[in-house]
Amino acid sequence: MLELQVQHQFAGFALDASVIAAEGVTALFGRSGSGKTTLVNAVAGLLRPQRGRIALGETVLFDSNRGINLPPHKRRIGYVFQDARLFPHMTVQQNLTYGQRFAPRAHGGAQQARIVDLLGIGDLLQRLPGGLSGGEKQRVALGRAILSDPRLLLMDEPLAALDDPRKAEILTYLERLRDETRVPILYVSHSVAEIARLATTVVLMNRGQVVMAGPAEQILSDPAAAPSLGLREAGAIISARLDGQDADGLSRLHTPAGPLWLPQVSAEPGAMLRLRILAQDVMLATQAPVGISALNVLPMTVAEVRTGDGPGALVQVQSGDMRLLARVTNRSAKALGLVPGQAVFAVLKAVSVARGDITGASAGAAETDP
Amino acid sequence: MSDWLSPAEWQAVALSLRVAFWAALLGLPPALLVAHALARWQFPGKAVLNGLVHLPLILPPVVTGYLLLIGFGRRGPIGAVLEEWFGIVLAFRWTGAVLAAAIMAFPLTVRAIRLAIEAVDPKLEQAAATLGANRARVFATITVPLILPGILAGVILGFAKAMGEFGATITFVSNIPGQTQTLPSAIYAFLQIPGGEARALRLVGVAVAVSMAALLVSEWLARRVARRIGQDHGGRDA
Repeated sequence: MLELQVQHQFAGFALDASVIAAEGVTALFGRSGSGKTTLVNAVAGLLRPQRGRIALGETVLFDSNRGINLPPHKRRIGYVFQDARLFPHMTVQQNLTYGQRFAPRAHGGAQQARIVDLLGIGDLLQRLPGGLSGGEKQRVALGRAILSDPRLLLMDEPLAALDDPRKAEILTYLERLRDETRVPILYVSHSVAEIARLATTVVLMNRGQVVMAGPAEQILSDPAAAPSLGLREAGAIISARLDGQDADGLSRLHTPAGPLWLPQVSAEPGAMLRLRILAQDVMLATQAPVGISALNVLPMTVAEVRTGDGPGALVQVQSGDMRLLARVTNRSAKALGLVPGQAVFAVLKAVSVARGDITGASAGAAETDP
Repeated sequence: MSDWLSPAEWQAVALSLRVAFWAALLGLPPALLVAHALARWQFPGKAVLNGLVHLPLILPPVVTGYLLLIGFGRRGPIGAVLEEWFGIVLAFRWTGAVLAAAIMAFPLTVRAIRLAIEAVDPKLEQAAATLGANRARVFATITVPLILPGILAGVILGFAKAMGEFGATITFVSNIPGQTQTLPSAIYAFLQIPGGEARALRLVGVAVAVSMAALLVSEWLARRVARRIGQDHGGRDA
């Protein structure tokens, strides 16, 4: 577990942040200039903060009071940069094994074969980085970081330099990596979609300060977090179990609020799925609507109504531990008289959930949850 | 071949090659260190070091030679210690010619290597550090392979400069045939005696041939290295 508490002054900018990153993916989210990369570089030892303390488990990496500052090569922290930074004079194979020369535990070829297989880079091993595509480079960079046997992985917008198809491709590999290795990951991003797919924990940053932090489901469905995430991007993530495929091409999902139909989701029945449902795709009704094309009408309860300065309001509705976020107008919220505790129906078009916002939960979870 | 040049001329050519070889070889490790320090480190007195390194380039060579004579002569502060403790005498020996040539070639070698180091993306070195490599390992496994073309260029440049060094050499170790008479000193000597032009011209031919060969070999090596490390000549893949 990583615990950090860092203060650092730049010209016109002050970073003062405390972050805890446990197992899984901790996403640092914020606009450019909010101090995310500075924070990550401080963890890696590439930047020396003016004050603070950074500890990884029992190991103190940095402590300004005690004058401790471990150099980067002694921290055993893997770093995946936005630009892959592969060594141009080494083959992919040599890049992958570079960190192993210095790793305290020598991993056998088995571990390497597993990672190479997981990242699908077996055919690239003898090539030089100069001839690889951006997505291939980033996969090799991921493998290189993991194979150095790190106690923590840092990823600084590893997808930012890639086009959308490559992003989708790498995201899949990242999910596998998250689920199959037990290494905590600190993931910097300014893409809500990426965070919604990957993050276990979300830390919202703004102007060098931590604005909010907590489990991804909680933060992403919190109306208070929406302004930081961007209203268009605001949306809750929910877990749902795939129950079966209907003959007309729709998949039936089980949620605490009732069944949810989505266009064909390719996964095994019983698989746990993680869905991101944008606030702007959710409608609210105080009575069960009839004669409506939207297939999904879920009975839920209003948990929170948040009105801002503008014409819009964000409403959090819940059923059991499932929370959705709905973006409606202030006028509608008033007309419906929405108050916490009130029973409502959340209406969602089956086609409104983008394919990229549906991800199979961990393979392990799917097996243990038949 | 052997009757084309007289034994004395052969001696001069062989001595020059030997002096240039050792000057280039012995100068390389300190040149690497200084180039790395100038390119990557921040320390007080960096400007002074930079000035000192470049001094032989701008001083009249005869001044450098004279300073060497003062410092490294048998009565000089350094020369006396070397002789007393290690039995090493440099003044008026071929080893002194190596020292003079190495010092004159040093700024050129440092410059070539420094430019090569500055062209290496520090982000690659950072990446290596996060993978567990300490500074020495980063230098040996990342920096040096990436600057090999620059190192080669610097060494060849230093070799060529050492081959042609005249002013500092003749001042420090004089012009003793068979001992300290290098190629340029021999050419100079032949030009001082009537009817020596033909012999001087032959040596000039040798000098041109050696310099051209060095240049061609360095180009060829640099291309091979560039291919091996997957770089275009001079450029780097982003």
